[in-house]
Amino acid sequence: MSKMHIRTTINGDQVDFLGSPQQSLLDALRDEVGKLGTKEGCGTGDCGACSVIVDGRLVCSCLMLAAEAEGAEITTIEGIAEGDGLHPIQEKFLEHAALQCGVCTPGFIVATKALLDRNPDPDERTIRYWLAGNLCRCTGYDKIVRAVQDAAQELAHEA
Amino acid sequence: MAEAVDYRYVGTSPVRPDGVDKVTGRAQFGADQNLPNMLHGSVLRSPHAHARIKSVDVSKALAMDGVHAAVSGADFPSVQSGEVGGEGGGDVADIAKNVMARDKALYHGHAVAAVAATSVEIAERALDAIEVEYEPLPPVLDVVEAMAPDATLLDDNCFTKNLPEKPDKPSNIASVMVLARGDLDAGFEQADVVVEGEYRIPMAHQGYIEPHACTATVNEEGKATVWCCTQGHFEFRAMTSKILNWKIGDLKFIASEIGGGFGGKTVVYLEPVAVLLSKHAGRPVKMVMSREEVFRATGPTSGSVCRVKIGAQNDGKITAAKAWLAYEAGAFAGAPVMPGAMSIFAPYEIENFLVEGHDVLVNKPKVAAYRAPGAPQAMHAFEVALDDIARQIGMDPLDLRMVNAADEGTQAPYGPKFPAIGFKACIEAAKKHPNYTKPVPEGAGRGVAAGFWFNIGMQSSAEVRINEDGTVIVMEGNPDIGGSRASMGLMAAETLGVPYEQVKTYIGDTESTGFCNVTGGSRTTFATGLAVVQACEDIIAQCKSRAAATWGMDDDQVEWQDGQAVPAPGVNADVSPLSLADIAASAPKTGGPILGRASLNAQGAGASFSVNFGDLKVDPETGAVEVLSFTGIQDAGKAIHPAFVEGQMQGGAAQGLGWALNEEYIYDADGVMENAGFLDYRVPVASDLPMIDTQIVEVPNPSHPYGVRGVGETPIVAPLAVASNAVRDATGVRINDLPLSPPRILAALSND
Ligand code: FES
Ligand code: FES
Repeated sequence: MSKMHIRTTINGDQVDFLGSPQQSLLDALRDEVGKLGTKEGCGTGDCGACSVIVDGRLVCSCLMLAAEAEGAEITTIEGIAEGDGLHPIQEKFLEHAALQCGVCTPGFIVATKALLDRNPDPDERTIRYWLAGNLCRCTGYDKIVRAVQDAAQELAHEA
Repeated sequence: MAEAVDYRYVGTSPVRPDGVDKVTGRAQFGADQNLPNMLHGSVLRSPHAHARIKSVDVSKALAMDGVHAAVSGADFPSVQSGEVGGEGGGDVADIAKNVMARDKALYHGHAVAAVAATSVEIAERALDAIEVEYEPLPPVLDVVEAMAPDATLLDDNCFTKNLPEKPDKPSNIASVMVLARGDLDAGFEQADVVVEGEYRIPMAHQGYIEPHACTATVNEEGKATVWCCTQGHFEFRAMTSKILNWKIGDLKFIASEIGGGFGGKTVVYLEPVAVLLSKHAGRPVKMVMSREEVFRATGPTSGSVCRVKIGAQNDGKITAAKAWLAYEAGAFAGAPVMPGAMSIFAPYEIENFLVEGHDVLVNKPKVAAYRAPGAPQAMHAFEVALDDIARQIGMDPLDLRMVNAADEGTQAPYGPKFPAIGFKACIEAAKKHPNYTKPVPEGAGRGVAAGFWFNIGMQSSAEVRINEDGTVIVMEGNPDIGGSRASMGLMAAETLGVPYEQVKTYIGDTESTGFCNVTGGSRTTFATGLAVVQACEDIIAQCKSRAAATWGMDDDQVEWQDGQAVPAPGVNADVSPLSLADIAASAPKTGGPILGRASLNAQGAGASFSVNFGDLKVDPETGAVEVLSFTGIQDAGKAIHPAFVEGQMQGGAAQGLGWALNEEYIYDADGVMENAGFLDYRVPVASDLPMIDTQIVEVPNPSHPYGVRGVGETPIVAPLAVASNAVRDATGVRINDLPLSPPRILAALSND
């Protein structure tokens, strides 16, 4: 099967890769681009482990074709940290022990970034519904929600 | 009760050493290992729940472009029966047949053949070219029907074990077990009230977010290296060695970071297949399961039918208790019915009891350990029946439990006398908890239940190395599934008397560290922690003797205090203390590098008890249940890293509530699971749950230097009955079976 040339911007860098027409963005990120921080938990849009931000929108990369990303700006977990320091969301996930196994964590952090970018002051209910597409089997969500609340406050202070 | 001790590092919640890698996407999980020249392996799975396999022909697949290896059951050696260690792994001959079917496919999704090809797509197409001739047989799907004398048999050689005499006919009952004490009839005669019920719970999956994955490479010398997500790479090595009949020394296993397991990653599925494919192809082979494969072919826990009868006096005292348990083993023997039977009455002092357990084969996946394996099913039944007793005699459910609570010196139903345990302390804490003293919200119901898990010890090794600058490396062999590196680091820092930041903990592979049993059974912080503490004590002894030599003293004239060697009290010497860093710096002159080690088979794991309660609300229109609040109270012995202990309690509560309210394996009449995906097998999401309140009780385990009991498993146990009892309280209707899904609740409400 012949491959297609796809040009995207990933975490600020121009990235060109060859992808097959059926390939999901998730598989392209992992297998063609080497961005292994984005995880696959289901491949069917039900777990959010593969969350990335495409042109400002939070998407499940397993549900999007790589070809659809032509010309798009993509943010993956590898692009969240700022310079040589962690992003406040990452700091707060660590401080609140909001990860146990950590496999859901990239997806949660990307989803949280997308949330706080559009709503800097979400209440608990908003956070829970926004993150309802991200499964975590380890934590029971309590510490994740607290980390997100605390990150929102921290970012508000910084702003 | 032991005095509370002030520690400097133990009992704090610092950031875990692997944290930064896990929030930045750097951490390498099972599916993240790629090698040059690598092939992709895929598994052909049985489309029948029960069938004889008449033939498998992989030749057409093998002939395809891009396909480099294809194997089926005939390519695997036959394996001798025998146990492999670990938590509920079972008989290795069964595991071998589960990894690759031989003469029979025993569940829909059972592996029948596998290929390795240059891409996933080619591998999937090659599976279509494999020819398998099946003779379908009727599937056996109901645990009670499976026990009938005329039931279709899964295994003609299955003769029920543990009967007084070997039966003359095979059956689907793999084994039975009985625990009994006292005089049951006399006990029931003394009772003022008797409650009896049958409680059914379907299979549920561990639901870890990371699917099973591994990459294997076998070189021309026949040496294999395997990267995989596992709860125990040493046991994976042992199982692979037995299943392939390879020498242990020819297999090296490297545990990746692990994306959840909950018991489900204590047994091999892909690893022996990947090794064999790599051997045949002469190239590395990577295999990753889809979520659907995870549901269809990896370890759920047993579905169960439990019958319970309890007699009690009007003052709450239980006079007799009887239980009959039938657990689905899936396709091969090994349901966790023994721990179910051992745990069902464990929180209580009961004079007269009988529990009978049955391990029953059905045409469903072979069950694997799931958090407190076997306890949630049996204890749900008992804690629900106990709730009905409390209602009948008009007693507060916590008071009823207090009247009967096991305590230090109580003889556990499974044999030994309990040392210090924290069950009564949990009940007292619950009684005083603001969430319990506040009224139940309008329209909701409150449920209360107790939980328990034995916890285990088993084998562990640890090595502690001191770097030239006095910083510390801890090396051990238990995959870190929930922050255990931090707990090991805290115990090492506390023991050595150096700051936590100076200690780094690593998980070694099977060749770089000593043997450790699985991360499971809530053993890691207890047993491997014990090894780490002992290895640190080894370091201290060596440092003391190096300081003594430096100072020209005897070893016993030196003490270790706050991370430095000092002259013992009464020893007159004009010397300055030597810190770990000082001793490390002069190591070349005092005997070379400083290396401490310990290995052990840990005894004295401490049982962990819990009391949970929650307020739940039922929507009578839709049957949906909302969890308004949930409180977990549990004896941790000592919480080394309290935030991770809370996390275990919260995560276990969420899993228990998911199992209680929604999760179940749904089968059609042909034995095909109908909901093999996260869309239809619905685990709790963030919007399903409230904050989960926790209170850690600390009654130290006398067999651990810091009092650790192990906390991971107990939290899943009580939530099942909490949910049932709360729904009963809210609706006035008792529903015995789980899950309390909307259709079941609506049906029960309309029957009423
Ligand atoms: S992997 Fe994309 S949602 Fe689960
Ligand atoms: S931390 Fe394990 S799935 Fe979220």
